Amino acid sequence: MDADDREVLISARGLTKRFDDFTAVDGIDVEVRRGEAFGFLGPNGAGKSSTMRMVGCVSPPSGGELRILGHDPRTSGPQIRARLGVVPQRDTLDEELTVAENLVVYARYFGISRKAAHAKAAELLEFAQLAERAGSRVEPLSGGMKRRLTIARSLVNDPEILLLDEPTTGLDPQARHVLWDRLFRLKRQGVTLVLTTHYMDEAEQLCDRLVVMDAGRIVAEGSPRSLIEEHSSREVLELRFPDDDNAPWAGPVTAGAGALAERVEVLPDRLLVYTPDGDAAVQAVHAAGLRPSSVLVRRSTLEDVFLHLTGRLLVD
Amino acid sequence: MTTAPPAPAAGGGAVLRAVARAVPMPAGAGMARMLVERNARVYRRGWLLLVSGFVEPVFYLFSLGVGLGALVGDVDAGGVLVSYAMFVAPAMLASSAMNGAVYDSTFNVFFKLKYARLYDSVLATPLGPRDVAVGEIAWAQLRGGLYAVMFMVVMAASGLLRSWWALLALPAATLVGLAFAAVGMAATTWMRSWQDFDLLNLVVLPMFLFSATFFPLSTYPEGLQPVVRVLPLYHAVELVRGLCLGLPDVSMLGHVAYLLVLGTGGVVVAARRLDRLLLS
Repeated sequence: MDADDREVLISARGLTKRFDDFTAVDGIDVEVRRGEAFGFLGPNGAGKSSTMRMVGCVSPPSGGELRILGHDPRTSGPQIRARLGVVPQRDTLDEELTVAENLVVYARYFGISRKAAHAKAAELLEFAQLAERAGSRVEPLSGGMKRRLTIARSLVNDPEILLLDEPTTGLDPQARHVLWDRLFRLKRQGVTLVLTTHYMDEAEQLCDRLVVMDAGRIVAEGSPRSLIEEHSSREVLELRFPDDDNAPWAGPVTAGAGALAERVEVLPDRLLVYTPDGDAAVQAVHAAGLRPSSVLVRRSTLEDVFLHLTGRLLVD
Repeated sequence: MTTAPPAPAAGGGAVLRAVARAVPMPAGAGMARMLVERNARVYRRGWLLLVSGFVEPVFYLFSLGVGLGALVGDVDAGGVLVSYAMFVAPAMLASSAMNGAVYDSTFNVFFKLKYARLYDSVLATPLGPRDVAVGEIAWAQLRGGLYAVMFMVVMAASGLLRSWWALLALPAATLVGLAFAAVGMAATTWMRSWQDFDLLNLVVLPMFLFSATFFPLSTYPEGLQPVVRVLPLYHAVELVRGLCLGLPDVSMLGHVAYLLVLGTGGVVVAARRLDRLLLS
């Protein structure tokens, strides 16, 4: 697949957002092409939501260049927003309306005729698995249902780009998987997805390509696979020692694992040994006479990439 | 296209266009009516709530206008003697329009702005702050107009209309609705909590009592008369009363101009405040 053939839908050069003397987004360069699922991965406060608001044309950039669907958001906000779908971090459903009315009224905001709005609402209620709740009020819906309704609402105008800000934050695992399934369907239909998340599993599941953000800057960019290959080892050995503080064990473990340890990270409750071969590293540690209370070998994830790049965890 | 500069009403001349350019108005998509439609849909289920605010001026009309009026006798309204009820009724008509407009543009807008966060989701669509301001103010104005129509039916049924000029009191009341809706919404953008609405009552109640509503301006102390003349409800009452009693005169143009300036100014301020609050 040659991504470069596809049309660039979002392009940012040196994009900056300042609030008084606080810089939320500090000169980022981003390009999103048609049909991509693109992610902003980073902890809370990394500048992901500020970036999304600028792309959604509800927050003017403080500096740099931003073009969305070929237009400048400063002058063409309404035209751009007409072609975007937005799923905000917090559900902002209209609680004075029913489930179905939420969709119909939202479609009307896009200038869609009443007849077409009702047809679209019926179609989207099916998609969001909410058809049997059409006449219900919004307030008693579960968190997962509200989220699905918010996503359905964002689709009333058949958007070319769907912006999702932390789409599954606060949902239980079951509801997250239902939601991911809906997003996969959209992706297969060719909708360009742009999402922010601080869950590395979400980023790995959904994103073709992502940028890792920290403190308003982009610290790495690539596909989840390539980021892991570039910034982490193939496997990770997690060791816990029966002490309150695992840090003193870092020296012996590094020495014991020898060449098998590319790097050792110290976390408050465990040590992470980055290694090409986890099982061999376990044997080396045991051979050195070390007796950790628990041992786990796993593959590297984006969490490890983030830890390596910033020295911090994504979720704390 | 949707980003055309905020054009003044069709037929507006070069002067209006120049003013529009000089007063920066936030962007909109010309889709304010969709917000009116949304509000109408909400009230389809709660129409009783919608009309509830209309009864207050009716109570005043019958308790003070008719009840107290029996003791007061006739009143001199601009050189014509009319019954006290006939004098008070037009003021209550103007107050109905004000009430309807103020209820919606303050309490309801505050709830949508701060708690329901309705405008956050609306602004993610092509609608801009101008559409939100125009839509909500138009809706509040409609509510004021609806109260005025209902009140006029009460007046007609009570035999308190004495001239065909009174028909013009309805468009006048709609203008009163616009002025108060616009100022109400603009003021609401500065409200921080429900406590701040006590201030609103502190303004609205005295204005209701002292805008030449219950007694003619000439009966006020000399020193107070200029103060009364500044109050927006005074201009609303004078305009509506003149029409209801069939006593049109040139000063009405002044009242109309006052209310128009208040209304358009309020719309611009409300839109700019929304822009600052929600599109940071």
